[in-house]
Amino acid sequence: MTFTLAQEVWRWEVVWEFLPEIAWGMAFTVLATVIGITVAMVLGLVLALLRRSQIKAIRWPTISIIEFIRSTPLLVQLLFLFPLVLPGSRVPTAAFVTLVVGLALHYGAYTSESYRAGIESVDRGQWEASIALNLAPATKWTRVILPQAIPTVIPALGNYLVAMVKDAPLGIAIGAFGILTVASGLGSQTFRFTEAYGVMGLLFLAVSLPLALFARYLEKRYGFERT
Amino acid sequence: MDSNVPSDALRVEAHADTMVRMRKINKIFGENHVLRDLDLDVAPAEKVVIIGPSGSGKTTILRVIMTLERPNSGSVEIDGRHLYHEPKGGGLVDAREAHVREVRTDISMVFQHFNLFPHMTALDNITLAPVKVLGLTSEEANDRGTELLRMVGLADKSGHYPAELSGGQKQRVAIARSLAMRPKVMLFDEVTSALDPELVGEVLAVLKDIASQGTTTMMLVTHEMGFAREAADRVLMFDRGQVLEEGTPEQLLREPEHERTRSFLKAVLQH
Repeated sequence: MTFTLAQEVWRWEVVWEFLPEIAWGMAFTVLATVIGITVAMVLGLVLALLRRSQIKAIRWPTISIIEFIRSTPLLVQLLFLFPLVLPGSRVPTAAFVTLVVGLALHYGAYTSESYRAGIESVDRGQWEASIALNLAPATKWTRVILPQAIPTVIPALGNYLVAMVKDAPLGIAIGAFGILTVASGLGSQTFRFTEAYGVMGLLFLAVSLPLALFARYLEKRYGFERT
Repeated sequence: MDSNVPSDALRVEAHADTMVRMRKINKIFGENHVLRDLDLDVAPAEKVVIIGPSGSGKTTILRVIMTLERPNSGSVEIDGRHLYHEPKGGGLVDAREAHVREVRTDISMVFQHFNLFPHMTALDNITLAPVKVLGLTSEEANDRGTELLRMVGLADKSGHYPAELSGGQKQRVAIARSLAMRPKVMLFDEVTSALDPELVGEVLAVLKDIASQGTTTMMLVTHEMGFAREAADRVLMFDRGQVLEEGTPEQLLREPEHERTRSFLKAVLQH
């Protein structure tokens, strides 16, 4: 009896049928994440540096933008951005690009806080040694401060990468092609929602587990002994 | 770009016989008046040891000269050039960063806690600034760095990272790093205080070596009275933001005039 019910709820032949299509959707979700995290990492560093500016007209707007983005939901940001990004272009393209932009902005704001913490964790003596050796600001940042700050930020960046891949399905709200749009589409066509979302869950596991391991590897690889 | 400015153009007063000239320096941290109307002259190639109780402001003198702390008022001249001011329209105005950097090439500082760059080898620590600031080629800088490492007795450690060195070795690398900039004025802020007692000697030996070569102006904050007696031209006793008394090491360490100096020396020597 329970066996039959289980068979009704979960049928393997449906799983095998859905898998390629859902995996194709996952590829786009991963693509959005890869572009998103890359931009977010650069944007976060830029925001962190702007936030440290001596000039108030740069520092305060930067802080406002970071705090605004961090205190509003990604879903709302995507809905807000959708009509602004690539207006007039075809909906699937505009939606996908909006998703990438939204992920990059949202996580850029978060990573900027991690960079800030990393920069502040660099010992005061390192800044003073840079002055004592009369290093120009560019040399100080690229050769002394950031090489020490960034390794401490890498674990946080790894966590944001894993979090971003899990947030990327929110793109469904604006119709961005991805794993959730495929899975929900297959579900509504066939009424096999359990298999559709089950496959999706397994694919997420298959992607985020290696990503978490990758993040841990980076942490080991780039850590160095401080004195 | 700023290195192209002829240095004479920045000279506003001829104090060529004075390497470091501080006038009416005040430094206030909150409620704490650390330096009070301090006047201090140091001659070229002079070795000055500054002693005094903690909180007397002796380290702050060095930090003001290195531009790690801006004085609230007063002026500093290095080899006849104003550090915190520059001439404009016949008068003096607060210096721009470019001017400060230009004058600062004459100064370097060695710290109590070494402040080596932990992600660079000993040699890279030494060569970074000569390449980036003085414009040496990496070959020239490597030659200079290797020579300096030999001078401080660490020729075999050039590829080692700071974490692989002892405290005394780290401090010798830090001294070599400062020397590589060929500064006119070298500041030493309690450079042996963080070391295990058995490692102090090797660092003092390097300092004596530099002192005996004669050309560099040295200002040292230290509790090493033996070093002061041997290598210093002048000892300053600092107390409550001012010079309480000064003299040759012989005078000041043997027969101080002030009771405060006597009790301070007694405490340090017993330690």
